[in-house]
Amino acid sequence: MSAQKDRWVSSLVFLLFCACSIPGRGSASLQQEQSPQHYFSGLEAGKASLAFFTPSVSPGPQPFLEQIESSAEALQDYGISVVKVNCPKEDVSRYCGKENALRKAFLFRGNRLIREFPTDALFDVNSIVANVLFALLFNEVKYVETLADLESTENVLKGKSNMVFAYVPATGTAEHRAVMEAAFVYGNIHQFVLTTEAALLKATSHDNPDVTSAQLLFCHCQQATDPAQPCRRTALGQPLTLLNIHRHLKLMGAPLVTEVAEDPEKISTVHLQLGLPLVFILSQRETYEADRRTAEFVAWQLLGKAGVALLSRDLVDLNVLHRSNVALKTPEEGMPIQYLVLEDTDEVVTLVEDKSKVKQIQADEQQEEEEEDEDEHENNNQDIQDDQVVEAVSRDKKRELPLEQILVLTEENFHSSLSEAARTVVLFYASWEAVSLAVLRSYSEVAAHLKGTLGVLLSRVNCWDWPGLCSQENVTQFPTMRIYKEGQQSVTYDGMWGTEELSSFILLSRIPCPLKLTTMDEAEGYLRGEFPSELSSHPHTSLLGVFSTSSREAREAFEEAGNILSGHVRMGMYFEDDSLALSRKYSVSPPALLLARGRGHSVESIALSKHSTQDMVQMIRYELLDVFPEITISNLPQYLQLRKPFLILFSAGDISQMESKEMLKLAKRRPQQAFVACWLNLKKTPVGHGILRTYFSTMPSLPVLLWVNLHAGGQVFKFPPEQSITETNILSWLQKLQAGLEIPSSTLSEEDWKPPLPACDFLQMMEPSVPELSPQPGDTPARHPPKNPGGDTASREEPSQESTAQEGGVPGRGLRGTAPRVAARDKQGKRHSEL
Amino acid sequence: LGLALYAGSLCAVSGATFLYHDYCVIGAGPAGLQAAYFLQQAGRDYVVFERSHAPGSFFALYPRHRKLISINKQYTGKSNSEFNLRHDWNSLLSHDWRLLFRRYSRDFFPNADTMVRYLEDFASLLKLQVQYNTAIIHVTLEKNEQAWNGHYFLLTDQDRKNYKCSSLLVAAGMWVPNVVNFPGSEYVEGYETVSINPEDFTGQTVLILGRGNSAFETAENILGVTNFIHMVSRSRVRLSWATHYVGDLRAINNGLLDTYQLKSLDGLLEGDLEDLAIVKDKKGKLHITLGFYLENRNISAGIDSITLPQDELDNFATRAPYDRVIRCLGWKFDFSIYNRSLRIMPGKGNIKKYPQIKPSYESRGTRGLFILGTASHSVDFRKSAGGFIHGFRYTTRAVHRLLENRHHGVPWPSTVYPVTQLTNSIIKRVNEASGLYQMFSVLADIILLRENATAFEYLEEYPVGILAELEMQTGRKAHNGLFVIIMEYGRNFSGADKDVFYYNRAVGEAQHAWQSNFLHPVIYYYKRLPTEREMRLRPPDWPLPRPDAIHHIVEDFLTDWTAPNAHILPLRRFLENCLDTDLRNFFAESCFLFAFTHQKLPPFCQQGYMRMQGLVGSQELWQHAVQAGLLQNYTDTDFSGDRPPDSHDGSQEQLMRDHAIPVHPLQHLVNAKDE
Repeated sequence: MSAQKDRWVSSLVFLLFCACSIPGRGSASLQQEQSPQHYFSGLEAGKASLAFFTPSVSPGPQPFLEQIESSAEALQDYGISVVKVNCPKEDVSRYCGKENALRKAFLFRGNRLIREFPTDALFDVNSIVANVLFALLFNEVKYVETLADLESTENVLKGKSNMVFAYVPATGTAEHRAVMEAAFVYGNIHQFVLTTEAALLKATSHDNPDVTSAQLLFCHCQQATDPAQPCRRTALGQPLTLLNIHRHLKLMGAPLVTEVAEDPEKISTVHLQLGLPLVFILSQRETYEADRRTAEFVAWQLLGKAGVALLSRDLVDLNVLHRSNVALKTPEEGMPIQYLVLEDTDEVVTLVEDKSKVKQIQADEQQEEEEEDEDEHENNNQDIQDDQVVEAVSRDKKRELPLEQILVLTEENFHSSLSEAARTVVLFYASWEAVSLAVLRSYSEVAAHLKGTLGVLLSRVNCWDWPGLCSQENVTQFPTMRIYKEGQQSVTYDGMWGTEELSSFILLSRIPCPLKLTTMDEAEGYLRGEFPSELSSHPHTSLLGVFSTSSREAREAFEEAGNILSGHVRMGMYFEDDSLALSRKYSVSPPALLLARGRGHSVESIALSKHSTQDMVQMIRYELLDVFPEITISNLPQYLQLRKPFLILFSAGDISQMESKEMLKLAKRRPQQAFVACWLNLKKTPVGHGILRTYFSTMPSLPVLLWVNLHAGGQVFKFPPEQSITETNILSWLQKLQAGLEIPSSTLSEEDWKPPLPACDFLQMMEPSVPELSPQPGDTPARHPPKNPGGDTASREEPSQESTAQEGGVPGRGLRGTAPRVAARDKQGKRHSEL
Repeated sequence: LGLALYAGSLCAVSGATFLYHDYCVIGAGPAGLQAAYFLQQAGRDYVVFERSHAPGSFFALYPRHRKLISINKQYTGKSNSEFNLRHDWNSLLSHDWRLLFRRYSRDFFPNADTMVRYLEDFASLLKLQVQYNTAIIHVTLEKNEQAWNGHYFLLTDQDRKNYKCSSLLVAAGMWVPNVVNFPGSEYVEGYETVSINPEDFTGQTVLILGRGNSAFETAENILGVTNFIHMVSRSRVRLSWATHYVGDLRAINNGLLDTYQLKSLDGLLEGDLEDLAIVKDKKGKLHITLGFYLENRNISAGIDSITLPQDELDNFATRAPYDRVIRCLGWKFDFSIYNRSLRIMPGKGNIKKYPQIKPSYESRGTRGLFILGTASHSVDFRKSAGGFIHGFRYTTRAVHRLLENRHHGVPWPSTVYPVTQLTNSIIKRVNEASGLYQMFSVLADIILLRENATAFEYLEEYPVGILAELEMQTGRKAHNGLFVIIMEYGRNFSGADKDVFYYNRAVGEAQHAWQSNFLHPVIYYYKRLPTEREMRLRPPDWPLPRPDAIHHIVEDFLTDWTAPNAHILPLRRFLENCLDTDLRNFFAESCFLFAFTHQKLPPFCQQGYMRMQGLVGSQELWQHAVQAGLLQNYTDTDFSGDRPPDSHDGSQEQLMRDHAIPVHPLQHLVNAKDE
């Protein structure tokens, strides 16, 4: 986008210079002349100059002179020289003699005086440039005062050329200057008309225009045929700056509708180059005429806001829905073209206008950002921290963490401390590393949480202090949390680094996994969540493996799986003689799994058919997933691992019972289900707003049901809001969706994660000062005589200090001196004379 | 078993009996014992030969004045054992915490006797296989195609006992005194034998030849009792604090510089010792003259017939006669015991006292013969610390790793990390690694990238001079590019005649880091391994050829490179741009958003959050991140988006809402590339 902006800025500058048929004069913008005689004799025919006359003895500082001087450069762009003429004392001619002439500036073309400006009309650079150009472009810019004047001008132009009508509240303003500068460039193409009359502006406009700000209208008179009708007008909706005017005129000059017959991805028009969207009207041979009319109609509506192109589907093979009739291409690079099915032309207009509204906000912000950027152009923001974790931790570093509950372990006390408690939790971290420190904060919260919990000792090891200990414990990544149990292998934590997850892991790790249950009562209590008592306060899904004495293989695999899932899953096992009775109760035969999803749920039973540990772990993980889960930050990865599309309901709070029931019905159609049905509570997971905001430019009304192809293609489809969320409605929508009859509302960005900012290019910086570092092109042994044929460092003779000192030839360092050499090395006759 | 081994290693070759070992180490000094330790740890068949009855025989005699100039820092304020080794120049590497030198001496500059005691303990506590009272007097080769290197090394000791080895590690040190011959050099006393009792020098005038630490140490000892001391050598005095080379004159020994510059009779002179001549007068005083005055003259003819410089130039600097002349010219390698077939050649120029070796420490003449310890200093003479314990303990380990790979198929030890740990692993090493720090510009850590740059392999302390041979020498693959982490002083900062105290000598800003003068980490990035040719044609004084990108971490006064913005951030940007990826850390919430809005995820989310190891963070951190504009707060946003904007009571809210929906902070985060 910015590149495009650059492109047209430079094209404007180029244009300006082309328009200046009179070459500028060097860099010194303000000229000095000794006397009026000198000045007038040097004037070239046809060349404009602005002169002011000053007595040779200056009557003190004159502020307007400064303004004139500073505008000299701007005027030079238009071939107008600014000359300061000194009046000799005795000169009493027209310009120097009169006292009041000294308070004026004079505009000459050749040696003909065009205009005298009182100095109060030249209060700043804008007013000087505006007024001077206004005077020079007398023919190109018509000044009108009444509606009649305007209409007569318009009528003269009809069928011939277009008109630019500008209203400025006052002359000499920045807007006035912009209009005049534009007129300088475009004056021979369009007729410029200027007014300062607020009444005239009101008369030309239907609604109430804001007369305090300048306006510019492009009047399409060239194509106007009806003398009775005024020309069509397109207002410039932006502030009057030279760039905006230039852009507007450029857009007005572009063809109304472009006909294209190639891949829309490859098409680039002036609109896209100027950062505006391009609307394609998809046309077919049969409906060409009507489509053409529609395109023209839309084009008029969108004039200045977007380009319109007519794309013939017969000529281009488009891989889109047949129903699509409109496509939208946005100027951002890499954004895919959106294909839409729209009912009427208004929708096209709203579509574009909504987009541009959002963009306007962004553009404003971007502009602000760019301004900031310019201040810091030097270092390009590279030294501003853009890592949220590092920045958050360093902003938090002054806060003292409540770490009293956590034992500090060292190389000396590590092993002795481990034997003190039944279970020691050790957090290995590095005190300089941000992620470690972030986790340490959660860990301190865990410590507060678990204060008083028996049999668990929380501790930490700073690997920056004790690298030997950490490498001995095989800690290669920071942070690492381990639970050391006496006489057992330590368990490394591999879950989310959140306070809750950590606490629950530590608590669950207190009991063996799987827990061997010995009586029917224990087993029943376990399924009810009442046994063992340590865990009764922590609601958790309970899993009970029931094995008969014969199913040893399955039991061993289950135990193995328990080791792997330890801390994450609450697992029990029952293999007493009456296990058959227990399983019968849940109408399954051992080996079997009984699953109790918290209180109030019935116990589910699953027959165990696979007996490998890996399968069992996978199966348990899968079984623990909810049928219709509420997606949260911490459980999303589990569902993403299924690698299925999401059918997700975004809700402002809890979902209604009706929605829940319908969705559940849908979700229960497992296992043939090829998607994850879930919902998101925006109140609990506010970042969901960010998701919706990325999908939709305007916030959809909630709840909203979406189909998100997270893994394939990334399309997002929105369930029609007018339909109610029922199983049948959703199913039929899904069918249409699968048939490709729906249009995605959004597509997930496919972008790679590139470096956020460039790095300092030290190599480039070093090159000038270390010339030998420059790349050595190819094989050029001649250029680089091999200094050391042996080619090793050992025999590389560094230029010794002595030799340089000798070559440097510090005079007077012979034997005579006080820092003498006992004898010189060179055995030349010279030495004798020295002696 | 020991017996069986012993019997097995006895083999008869053409009548002579050879005792066989895979590895033979000559010398039980620090380097020999260090090598023995690594061989023992790896369970290799080795033996160390020591001519004396105890380890460290050189230290039993030298330095004569018994003060070691290797620092023994007791306290650093840190408990990091690896870091503390940076300031412990005497300890050898071992797993035994008892064998730290600071447990042996409290002196900052310890006594040499302590070193002897330390080495004895090192050998005995670790049960190293040292054969004492065995002086190897001859080494030769026996061609054999079966042997590791195509030949065996045959060693003969003073009792004509023979030994046979597959690999020979020479850690014999430098113990042959450097002697200069000139007319009258017979009057010169050697450092090895000169009296160390200052009383023997009372009221004498002394000339010392040489300008190293031994010369100054000798002068320091007698400074208080002599008339004056003059010191002469070819080169200007090189002060270690100007050259950043520990072998140059250390401040602890430079008392004579003080008295010279304060005109307290002592003095320094430059001149070539080979031009020198000494004549003794009748009173036994020694006069300095120049060799060419003596040409065609018989020195024994008596002093009267000899021209002295002062006869022609009556203010000749060293015209005063001396009572004693002492030679302190250092040591050289004992080349004499090696058979010609081993082609052990002296180096050229200022490294002629050292045997010629490759940057892999292997002899240029003989495959399988490695030079360890101070004799291996030709690789980094006057540059780094390879000639000193605190340097060669690391190069010895490097040689051991090369041998393990070459002969036993044990690849260079390495650790594989996910790419998210890239910045961390570098920061960790540059902050604590001692080998990188001591052996700056010689040993380097190597990061070998795995395919798609999702993981990398970290190799520590590889000799950078053989970078081109990395795959062959380490058994690791470098197909996907590599980083080389090395420490460097600023170019043109160090030198004998450099003012190292000028204003603004230190750089503070990260973007000027490449101009850093003091020791700082430098990271080279190569898309592919440099070739031998590129290594050869590298710019002079550069440890490595031109990289594809380079990064300097700005020098730090505390040598603590953990500052998030000045050190870590620029490093991360460099790594990101080399790998063309985004290496930032993200909280789980951001990863959650990305998972729903992007088809691809940044590595941190992919390797953490997506594997259910997301960084949740605390409430305080979340707030800080929001305040920094790096995380967006969605909790209090109002979502009645289609409310008519002109409702009056809404204007205030509208303003707030507009303020709360800045797309830009997040934009900044998600898509910062978009300028």
